[in-house]
Amino acid sequence: MSPEPVSMSSLTAGEHATVLSFGGGRAVQNRLASLGFTPGVDVDMTQNYGFGPLIVTVRGTRVALGRGEAAKILVCRSGK
Amino acid sequence: MSECHDVAAPALQIATGAPLIALAGQPNMGKSTLFNMLTGLNQHVGNWTGKTVERREGFFHHDGREFCLVDLPGTYSLTANSPEEVVAREFIVRERPQVVVAVVNAANLERSLYLVAELISLSAPVVVALNMMDVAAQEGIIVQPEVLAAALGMPVVPMIASKAVGVKELLSVVAAILDGKLVSSPKLPEVRADHREILQQLQSLIAEHVPPPYPPEWVALKLFEGDSEVTRMMESELPAESMSAVSAILRQHDDAFLAVASGRYEWIGRMVRAAVTQPRIGQISMTERLDHWAAHPIWGLFILAGMLGLVFWVTFTLAAPVQDWMDERLIAPFAEWVGGLLQGAPSWVQGMVVDGAIGGVGSVLTFLPVLVVFFAAFALLEDVGYMARAAYVMDNLMHLMGLHGKSFLPLFLGFGCNVPAIMGTRVIDSWPARLLTILIAPLVPCTARMVVVAFIAPVFFGENALWVSWGLVLMTLITLVLAGMLLNGILFKGQRSAFIMEMPLYHIPNARTIGLLVWQRSMAFVKKAGTAILGMSLVVWVLSYLPYGDLNTSLLARFGQFIEPVGRWMGFDWRLTVALITSFPAKENAIATLGVLFGNSPEAGLAEALAASFSAASALSFLVVTMLFIPCMATVAVVRQETNSWRWAGLSVALFLGLSIAGGALTYHLAVLLGLG
Repeated sequence: MSPEPVSMSSLTAGEHATVLSFGGGRAVQNRLASLGFTPGVDVDMTQNYGFGPLIVTVRGTRVALGRGEAAKILVCRSGK
Repeated sequence: MSECHDVAAPALQIATGAPLIALAGQPNMGKSTLFNMLTGLNQHVGNWTGKTVERREGFFHHDGREFCLVDLPGTYSLTANSPEEVVAREFIVRERPQVVVAVVNAANLERSLYLVAELISLSAPVVVALNMMDVAAQEGIIVQPEVLAAALGMPVVPMIASKAVGVKELLSVVAAILDGKLVSSPKLPEVRADHREILQQLQSLIAEHVPPPYPPEWVALKLFEGDSEVTRMMESELPAESMSAVSAILRQHDDAFLAVASGRYEWIGRMVRAAVTQPRIGQISMTERLDHWAAHPIWGLFILAGMLGLVFWVTFTLAAPVQDWMDERLIAPFAEWVGGLLQGAPSWVQGMVVDGAIGGVGSVLTFLPVLVVFFAAFALLEDVGYMARAAYVMDNLMHLMGLHGKSFLPLFLGFGCNVPAIMGTRVIDSWPARLLTILIAPLVPCTARMVVVAFIAPVFFGENALWVSWGLVLMTLITLVLAGMLLNGILFKGQRSAFIMEMPLYHIPNARTIGLLVWQRSMAFVKKAGTAILGMSLVVWVLSYLPYGDLNTSLLARFGQFIEPVGRWMGFDWRLTVALITSFPAKENAIATLGVLFGNSPEAGLAEALAASFSAASALSFLVVTMLFIPCMATVAVVRQETNSWRWAGLSVALFLGLSIAGGALTYHLAVLLGLG
């Protein structure tokens, strides 16, 4: 368990984390919020090969995110 | 995606006073399945006024009563991030449906209730259609509809739309609400506690100035969420001093949208905790196992290539014989029969009807079998849930052009026909990305262009024709990527839009959904053939007939001779130039025109005549130009419609004109250097 904030794109597949905050334009933030990303929500990294887009599971939905978008979401790891 | 560009089509005949029901829901909730189930072919697809958003409406009967049903666009929320979201909420606020049916997914209640949380703050009564109960059971999730109904304060009807389970019950509930026997009195979500006071303050500032029929509470929430449309509306409604007070509050609380979203999810959490008695069990689902391969950055690309190959193979194996049959057994005898009927008529009438109208429209209609099979294959992949994976694995490649994975879907559709491809760009959220996709989509070689290649390549390249054809396709696609990179750099300064996309669960396809999609896309194509292509075919015929009834001295020939110097750069004579120009109404016209110009039927005779008249270098250049030339008339019309501007349509024409002339000239001179002259 490491409490310091990391960007979501650095999580490896199978890791769990809690969302702290996210950046990006207002439209992107609104879309993220409507898909279930809000501060405090738990996410599971489903697929991340270290390049290209990744898949993260939030509130039971699998969401594909571009690496750039994922990099702007700050999370803190909550163990495997 | 669909072909609802026909805004002028007659509206449905619905009894006046039929209750108006709206169908709302997020994407992948089975909303379209339910809509198709209820309305069947009693539906009409058009556009929302002034918007390039599909409007689907229809009617159905229940207990001897007629209902009018409007299918709102599938959206995740009702904030003005996209035209779809604006359309959905404006409909509910302004056209005041008597009941809104909100379709939610029992297997994914938490996310799908988010839209419900938004819907209930608008004025119409909401009924929850708890769909996909079977999928939930499969995933080991148990939802209790009665408990959910009690918690929400709204009627909840469990159902499996794909199997028509629960549809009657849903309609009975809708009828009961209309008759006042049942009320929907939802418990509204609140914003997160730390923002409640400030929301109150905001609300009292604006309350008197909110224009009806917007609910003031809702407007305050939307201001909090930073909704651009509502903000603009209030800027023009509020007196200056109130507006500056409002702006000050909003500036100070620029994270308020998160308080709103969190409040909704807190509300959802309470509902879900009450109603879901057994959450998802931690098994590895089928979706996860399939995605291990289908969404893999490398294997996924191989699978995608395999899928594409399979689609083309099936399309041409199944459709090509039907196409030949239509040509020989349907169009040709029909033309002969009409010719017989017109025996007594002047020869120009015969020519115009038989060669102009039937020849032009007939050759286009023979593409219908190819398109039907292609559309069916595409709709199947879409309905199963595979297309989201295709978009995902293509994301890296699309990045080269500043686009993201979603742009791949319409481009893929373009292999069948560019028209639905350009309409299909509606799935792309951001306007610059959508515009760029529209501009490059004509570089996807459509079936019509492949027909020209398939006819000409064997004449000049014999056994190597297949390689030449593949080379041409590859050349076009490489041009597409280069043009995309260039346009992105020039027009959009290399900016890139965000890639956020739900990956739906794989599921068993629904034959009715696929059937209706194929039907609508095919009918749109037939309509196009009957109107725009018919008109242009007649114009081309008239130009090739006037003034002396002889093609070689016709206006068309004179025009061809006039611009022949340009054609010469590419190794064309005036006949190839004219053939190219007449490919504008429909690409495959090029062959028909050559047939007329060489005075032969477009059969073996034409092939020999062409081989005798042109060098391989000219032929290759002609093929390259055909691949890159101005998009067909229908495509240009759709570009203008979807961009709502002649400027972009004009730019598209200019771009492809320049590109094709440059490509043709380059090819011709290279080919001559290589000894093909």
